[in-house]
Amino acid sequence: MRKDRPCILRVEDVTMQFGGVVAVNNFSMEEYEGEIVAIIGPNGAGKTTAFNVITGVYAPTNGRVSFNGDCVIENYPHGKMKKGYLGENAGKYTKVLEPTPDRLTALGMARTFQNIRLWKSMTVFDNVLIAKHLKRTSNLFSATFGANKAEEKQQREEADALIETVGLAGVRNELATSLPYGKQRRLEIARALATEPKLLLLDEPAAGMNPQETVELTKFIGEIRDAFHVTILLIEHHMDLVMDISERIYVLDFGSMIASGTPAEIQANEKVIDAYLGVTDDA
Amino acid sequence: MKAVKTPEESRLISWISFFAVLIFLGLVLLLDQLIKPTSSVYMLMTVLQKGSVYALAAVSMNLLNGYTGLFSLGHAGFMLIGAYTYAIFTIPSTSRDTVYQYFDAVVRFSFPETFSNAMGPVGTALGVLVAVILAGLLAAVFAYLIGLPVLRLKSDYLAIATLGFAEIIRAICQWQKLGPITNGSNLLKSFARTSKFKVAVGGLKLTLSTFVPVLIATVSIIIIVKLINSTYGRAFKAIRDDEIAAEAMGINLARHKMISFTVSSFFAGVAGAMMAMVLSIAQASNFKSAMTYEILLMVVLGGIGSTSGSVIGSFLFVAASEWWLRGLDSGSFLGIEAPNIFRNGFRLVVFSIIIMIVVLFFRQGIMGEREISDLIILRRRKRKAGKEAAK
Amino acid sequence: MDKTILPYIISGISVGGQYALIAIGYTMVYGILRLINFAHGDVFMVSGLLMVYLAAALPLTVAIPLVIILTVLLGFTIERVAYRPLRTAPRMSVMISAIGVSYLLQNLALYITGGLNKNYPQIPWISDRVTVLGMETSRVTIITPFLTIILVVLLVLLINHTKIGMAMRAVSLNFETSQLMGIRINSVISATFIIGTFLAAVGSMLFFTNYPGVVPTSGAMPGLKAFVAAVFGGIGSIPGAVIGAFIIGICESLIKGLDTILIVNGTITEQIGLATFSDAFTFVLLIIILVFKPTGLFGEKTTDKV
Repeated sequence: MRKDRPCILRVEDVTMQFGGVVAVNNFSMEEYEGEIVAIIGPNGAGKTTAFNVITGVYAPTNGRVSFNGDCVIENYPHGKMKKGYLGENAGKYTKVLEPTPDRLTALGMARTFQNIRLWKSMTVFDNVLIAKHLKRTSNLFSATFGANKAEEKQQREEADALIETVGLAGVRNELATSLPYGKQRRLEIARALATEPKLLLLDEPAAGMNPQETVELTKFIGEIRDAFHVTILLIEHHMDLVMDISERIYVLDFGSMIASGTPAEIQANEKVIDAYLGVTDDA
Repeated sequence: MKAVKTPEESRLISWISFFAVLIFLGLVLLLDQLIKPTSSVYMLMTVLQKGSVYALAAVSMNLLNGYTGLFSLGHAGFMLIGAYTYAIFTIPSTSRDTVYQYFDAVVRFSFPETFSNAMGPVGTALGVLVAVILAGLLAAVFAYLIGLPVLRLKSDYLAIATLGFAEIIRAICQWQKLGPITNGSNLLKSFARTSKFKVAVGGLKLTLSTFVPVLIATVSIIIIVKLINSTYGRAFKAIRDDEIAAEAMGINLARHKMISFTVSSFFAGVAGAMMAMVLSIAQASNFKSAMTYEILLMVVLGGIGSTSGSVIGSFLFVAASEWWLRGLDSGSFLGIEAPNIFRNGFRLVVFSIIIMIVVLFFRQGIMGEREISDLIILRRRKRKAGKEAAK
Repeated sequence: MDKTILPYIISGISVGGQYALIAIGYTMVYGILRLINFAHGDVFMVSGLLMVYLAAALPLTVAIPLVIILTVLLGFTIERVAYRPLRTAPRMSVMISAIGVSYLLQNLALYITGGLNKNYPQIPWISDRVTVLGMETSRVTIITPFLTIILVVLLVLLINHTKIGMAMRAVSLNFETSQLMGIRINSVISATFIIGTFLAAVGSMLFFTNYPGVVPTSGAMPGLKAFVAAVFGGIGSIPGAVIGAFIIGICESLIKGLDTILIVNGTITEQIGLATFSDAFTFVLLIIILVFKPTGLFGEKTTDKV
C-alpha cells in the first residue's frame, strides 16, 4: 500500500439496492495515487455495479465516494427507498450528490466497458479525437466558425500521439469496429486516456482475450500506468493478470467484501478460496 | 465508404466546394434574370425556390435525427413559428388592417419598412434579414423550452412528444384569443415575398426571387456543415453511436442534445420563414405533422446522416412531386395517354410507392452516410492509383 | 348531474370507446415489435372509405363483414410487406417505414376520393336517434362504450387463456428468447396485426357514424390520439390503453364544450375559443405523463444495461 501518497479514490459504505435486491452491500475501499488495484469476485458478485456507482452510472442507495480528497458522490436512503432499505449505515450520510458520469470524467475519472462500447461508425482516430472534446476551450460559435483552429490542430496531434503510443498507428483510419478484439480493447483504453484522467477504471479488460493477448495486455497496463501517471482500478476475471499486476485486491462475493489485501494474502485467504478460487473454474 | 481525408485532400475539397457554391449561386442569379414567371420552364425556378426551403428543413432535421440520433418529429411546429414570426414582422403597416380583418393587430410595424425609412433600399433587405433571423431565434427559444422536459425521453417517446408539441404550437397559433398577433385561424399574407425581391444596381434591375431563398439556404447549410465537422458535431455523432460511452467520455448529454435541438430548430425556423416568403402566405393549418413526415422522407431518400444526401433528396422530392411527375396528374405521362388513371392525385400515389421502395429496399438512400466530397476523393484516389499502375 | 356537462361526458365516453378500439392496435403492436405503427390511424380511415364504397354497392349485411375482412387483410398485408423485411433493421427504419405506409395510404385515399368528403352510410338502428337521461343522441353513442368493454374483455380472455395469447405475452416480454423457445414469431405478429386491425375496423364504423364523412386525413388525428391513449395508459398494457382512451375522449369532449360550460357557469361571459385546444390538450396530457411517469399509468419500468 502506498499510504505515503495522497488518496485518490475513497469509497465509503456504498450500498446499491435495486428493488429488494442488494447488489452491493456496504462496500468500502481506498486507492492511493499510482496504485493498480483490482476488484475480483465470482459472476454476479456486484463488481460491475460497484464500478457503475463509482463512475456515476448508478446513484448509490447509500454511501459516499470521494475523489482526489473531495466528496463527489453521496446518497442516503430516501424517497421510495426509505422504507425498503435493507443495507447498513442508514443514518450515516445526509447529502444527495448524484453527478452524471460526464461530470466525473471531467474531474479526472475515465473508464472502459466490459462489453466494448466504441463509437461504431467512426474510425480509430475519431474515437480518440472525440474523447478530447472534453478538454476543449472553444464554444459552439468559435468551433463552428473555425475560430479554434489552433486548438483543433493541437487536439488532432495529441490524438495521433496517443494512437501511436498504444500501438494503433497502423490502423488509424480503420473503422473502430473492424479491429480485432484485442485492439478494440486497446482503443478503448486509448480513448479513456484521451480525457487525461487521473484514475483509469478498466472493466474486465481481458474479457474474451486469448492467453497471448492477455500477457500483452498485462504488460500494456503496467506501461500506461508509468507513461501517463495514472492510477488504475480494474475488475477482472483472469486470475493471472490480476495476480501479476495488481498491488492490492478487494474481493466481493454476493455484494459484500469478503477480503482485501495483497495478491499473496488473497491467494492464501480461506474465504476467498471457498467463494471463488476453489470453486469456480476460471475462464 | 466514407473517405478519411488527408490534410491535402481536405484543402482540395474546401476549394472545390467554395467554387462550386460560387458558381451555383452565380448560375441561379443568372437564371433569375433569364427565366420570367411567364416562361414555360419557370417550373425550374419554382423547384429551386421550394427545393431550397425543403433542403434547409431536411438538413436541419438531419442534424438532429441523423447526426445526433434524436428521433424528433416536431419540425413542422418550429417551421410554423418561423413562418409566423417572419410574416407578422414584415406585413406593411398599410396592409395590416386588411390582413387582420377580424382582429385589432398588435404588431403595427414591419422590419423592412422601419429599416428602409432609416437607410433606404438597403434597409428593406436588412429588414427582411432581421425578420428571418428573428424567426430562427424564436423557434430556437421555443425549442429550448420544449427541450427541457422532452430531451430526456428515449427514441420513440421523444418522437411522439415532439410531434405532440408541434400540434400544441399549431393549436396555440390558431387560437382566436391570440388573433391580434397570429390572426387566429386565418391566413397571413401581403408580407415581403420572394416574387417582389428586386434590386437596382446602377442602371440594371435585377430580379432576386429565386436567388434570395437559395442564398439563405446555402449560407445556412454551410453553417450547419461547419457545425457538423466541428468538435461539437463529432460529439453529436458520439451520442448517436453510443450514448453511454459518450457520457462516460465526458460529453454532457443534456447540454449537447439541447444544442443540437435548438440549432436544428433555429434553422427549421429559418426554413419556415423562407417557406412563407416563397409561398407568400402563412397559415397554421398547413404545418401539420404530414409536413414533418415529408421532410423526414426527404432525409431518408437522401440518406440519413448525409448532408449532401438531404439536399439532393429534397430537390429530387420537390422536382419529382412538383414537376417531373406532373403528367401523372393531368392525363399524359411519358407519351402515354390515360386520362382515367392519370388524374388528380395519381402523382402522389406513384411518388409514395417510390418512397416505400427506397425505405424498404434501399435503406441507405441515395448517399448512405457519405457526402459528395467522399465520392470525389475516392474517385481521385482511384485515378491516381490507376496512373501509378500504368507507370 | 349538471345538464350542461352531461352531454359532453356522454359523447366523451363514446369517443373514448372508439379511441380505445384503435389504441389496442397500437399498444399490442408496440408491446411486441416496439414499433409506433403510424399507419394504424390510416388503416382506420381506409376502413371508413371501404364502408363508403361497399355500402353503396352491396347490402349492409354483406358490406359490414366484408369491410372488416378487407381491413384485416390490409393490416396483415402492411405488416407482411412493410414491416417484416425490416425485422432486423434499426427501430428507426421500421418507424420510418410506418410513416411511409401512412403517407402512401393517405395519398391513395386522396387519389381515389379525389380529395372530396365521402358521406358515411347510415347504418340502421345504430344511427337512430334516441333519448337518454333527457337528452337526444344517436344510439351509437350509447352502444360504443358497452361494445368496447365487451370486446376488450374478450380480448383479455383470449390473451390470458389461449395458446396464441400466451405466445403474445411471451413475445412481448422477450422477443429473442421466445424465438429460441420455438414460438413462431411471425404468426404471433400477424395475429397481433389481425386483432388490432379488426378492432380498428369496428372502431371506424362506430366513429364515422357520428361524423359527417371520411376524408383522407380523417385517420391521422384519431390515430395519434389513440396512440397517446396507449402511452398514457402505459404502452403494452391493454387495460391501460382502454382507460387512457376513455380519459382522453372525455377530456377532449369537455374541452370542446368548455366555452359553453364556463359561460353557463358564469366564469366567462363570451366564447373564447378554447375548443381550439381539444386536440392539443391530448398532447399536453401526453407530455405531462411522459415527463412525470414516462412508463404511463400501468407500464412497467425498464432500464438500460451498461
